Amino acid sequence: MAGIYRILIAFLMALTPLTLGSVAVSAATNAAAPVVTAATTPTPAAAPATPATTSADDAATPAADAAAAPAFEYARPVPGIGQPVVGGMDFQPQVTENGRFAHFLNNAILLPLSVVICLLVLGLTLWVSVRYRAAANPNPSKTSHNTLIEVIWTGIPILILVGVAVPSIDLLARQYAPPPANALTVKVTGYQWYWGYAYPDNGIDEYVSNMLDEQTAAARGEPYHLGADNRMVVPVGRTVKVIVTAADVIHSFSVPALWVKMDAVPGRLNEVTFRADRVGVYYGQCSELCGVNHGYMPIAVEVVTPERFAQWVASKGGHMTAPAAPAASPATAAATATPTATPAAAPAAVPTPSPSAGATPAAAAPAQ
Amino acid sequence: MTTIAADADHAHHDDHADHKPGFFVRWFMSTNHKDIGTLYLIFAICAGIIGSALSGLMRLELAQEGIQYLPHWAAMLGGEETDTAGKHFWNVMITAHGLIMVFFMVMPAIIGGFGNWFVPIMIGAPDMAFPRMNNISFWLTFVAFFMLFGSMFVSGGSGLGAGTGWTVYAPLSTSGSTGPAVDMVIFSLHMAGAASILGAINFITTIFNMRAPGMTLHKMPLFVWSVLVTAFLLLLSLPVLAAAITMLLTDRNFGTAFYDAAGGGDPVLYQHLFWFFGHPEVYIMILPGFGIVSQVVSTFSKKPVFGYLGMAYAMVAIGVVGFIVWAHHMFTVGMRVDLKMYFTAATMVIAVPTGIKIFSWLATMWGGSLSFKTPMLWALGFIFMFTVGGVTGVVLANGGVDQNLHDTYYVVAHFHYVLSLGAVFALFAGFYYWIPKMSGRMYSEWMGQLHFWTFFIGVNIVFFPQHFLGQQGMPRRYPDYAHAFEYWHHISSLGYLVVMVGLLFFFANVFYTLFAGKKVGANPWGEGATTLEWTLSSPPPYHQFNELPRIA
Repeated sequence: MAGIYRILIAFLMALTPLTLGSVAVSAATNAAAPVVTAATTPTPAAAPATPATTSADDAATPAADAAAAPAFEYARPVPGIGQPVVGGMDFQPQVTENGRFAHFLNNAILLPLSVVICLLVLGLTLWVSVRYRAAANPNPSKTSHNTLIEVIWTGIPILILVGVAVPSIDLLARQYAPPPANALTVKVTGYQWYWGYAYPDNGIDEYVSNMLDEQTAAARGEPYHLGADNRMVVPVGRTVKVIVTAADVIHSFSVPALWVKMDAVPGRLNEVTFRADRVGVYYGQCSELCGVNHGYMPIAVEVVTPERFAQWVASKGGHMTAPAAPAASPATAAATATPTATPAAAPAAVPTPSPSAGATPAAAAPAQ
Repeated sequence: MTTIAADADHAHHDDHADHKPGFFVRWFMSTNHKDIGTLYLIFAICAGIIGSALSGLMRLELAQEGIQYLPHWAAMLGGEETDTAGKHFWNVMITAHGLIMVFFMVMPAIIGGFGNWFVPIMIGAPDMAFPRMNNISFWLTFVAFFMLFGSMFVSGGSGLGAGTGWTVYAPLSTSGSTGPAVDMVIFSLHMAGAASILGAINFITTIFNMRAPGMTLHKMPLFVWSVLVTAFLLLLSLPVLAAAITMLLTDRNFGTAFYDAAGGGDPVLYQHLFWFFGHPEVYIMILPGFGIVSQVVSTFSKKPVFGYLGMAYAMVAIGVVGFIVWAHHMFTVGMRVDLKMYFTAATMVIAVPTGIKIFSWLATMWGGSLSFKTPMLWALGFIFMFTVGGVTGVVLANGGVDQNLHDTYYVVAHFHYVLSLGAVFALFAGFYYWIPKMSGRMYSEWMGQLHFWTFFIGVNIVFFPQHFLGQQGMPRRYPDYAHAFEYWHHISSLGYLVVMVGLLFFFANVFYTLFAGKKVGANPWGEGATTLEWTLSSPPPYHQFNELPRIA
């Protein structure tokens, strides 16, 4: 219901451009609703299971911190997952709930609709071309109006578009759902021409990620142009809040298998969230023209089990528990990024050690 | 559209006023709308050759993985033969291809060329309202083109030429590109923009004030309607572009910080300003095409356009809504969710008037007596290909889906379906439809048909696989790519060869028509061609309608 209401508002806004400013406010009041919308749709059924792994992540922390100092080995990518395939036509397999929903929206609604419309136009064109060719119909009719049919071909597309807009707006609401309190913050910075990753929650300072040259990529079993020397490593089943910015020109952080793309704009801190539910290596590439080596600054995201994540954090010299209040400066830097981030990030610093954060999955689950 | 019963005598009255000035005065100081239209068409064809040559170079480089040719090409143009210079030359090519095709091929051909030639004739006017301003418009465009072309030979930072993309986004175009190349591109856009604003003023004044007696707004042919709406879009959107790129210029040269976050500015401001111009711009390119297709479909169906008023006001609606959807080009810059919802919904609204136009063309043919001359083939191709480009537009309108497809080859495929297979198909339809009128000679039908079929097949091979590349995650503006993308890239490049064969038929046909085409009378298309240009001789007299026609 809330979804339909939101769509009506969005369409009214579309039809009454002059009220742009005021309408933005009325839509904003609706923004609190996405939790309800998400809960009423069938897809999040799998969601309640995942926070359990999240709390396990927190529980495992102290042990892992102490034991797993040795070096961390990157996983080998699996062909066909997180990267394009030769002759591939569809989207890459999606490993997030939102990605699967978006993929579903495209493949089950938009694509069939597109095909039907194209075939309808093509079929009508061919039929008219045969039936009314000059040889078959030497005397043209003079009909030039038919109010009923004009109303029909105006009205039906409107109804179809309203129907399409319902899941479209729903998808946007899901993508913008505020991240849960236990989300992991990763700060991503675009440079000419490499990426920098920092983990303020874990005390990991920025490290840079460059494209592998052809020989190294081959040796590591990674696709050339996509493989990077240092990956962005995140735990499975836990929402990752990516804070994206740039240091020189605009870049764009993009990972197709996660259905994520966010521009890295100098002077802005953009936020995008995802929660991968499958371990693996997922590649992306810079998606905003940024100069000579625009095509040579790939993004490699490795999604790992919480245990391996703890190992990786340790190998980077970080710590798993969020620092206490005084040390929260990196977190607050991220929190001031966007107004929406503030309420989520602030509690994140405090309750992490308590397992109760994971004990209320119903509250946290639909937020993704 | 109404059937126009013009007095046949008028054409003869004009003949004795047919004294032309000498060569230099006629072509370099022209004030005659038909001569200026011809100049625009010649100019657009030349620019189109350069623009398609650039796309050919790009398809050649992309035909296989790895970088094969770029450093050599950069060296051939006077740069260094290094990897960096080669990659920079790639960015120069994508920039130049986009700007040339938009500002110096499609716009001059469809508005400057066909608009100048046929808007005055179709409304029964002797010429444009401001003939000298018309001349200024053309020569500004001409100089602007050489400014852009020249930018490819001066430094743009990491190599020769401006490698900013046709959108010229800051800060890549400000702090990211040293050297005079980007300044020259900006100045080129200023001049092309000024030329278009002057042209828009000229068209609006002409259409509002110089219609023949009885030619009410609601009797104007749809092509005139389309140019009128287009002229308003130009008039309202280009000043915004001028402001945006002027601020780029001052950011680059005079220490301002409009788009520099370090000085309190915002790079995203440039994108908002650019796309406030840029989205109407895509309708500027396609609306006159709608007009041409309406004339052609009606002519070769021997039937008036179905739902004339709906067709005219659908274009007005597209023009109006076109101004309030710009941010769908920037869904990933980081905007709040309600803005994204608004722009998603508003963008989808455009599908409604577009659908009205598609269905009305089909209904125009319904019950008609269709003949499939070359212009009609192009118009039918336009209708189907524009539908394909339209439905992928609805996909991209979804802010949530666009989060994956933004800046991928899916977008490249989408806008080439509406432009390369939309606007360009309309241009060819208009060319074959009006070349007998403009030259007085008939084109070769078999060459025209071959041109259509090879071109139609070719562009589909080029652009359809790019949907797959985009869905697989291939980003735009890459000179090289991961191995998995090679398969579709290779097929896409093969398609370009087919397109080239088609273009050979086109150029052969142009030369055949001009030098050996069969002479035609006033109306080679028969009873379906009801607009005023078919009441004049072919080619029309140097000055037509010295005595205004009366429209019944």
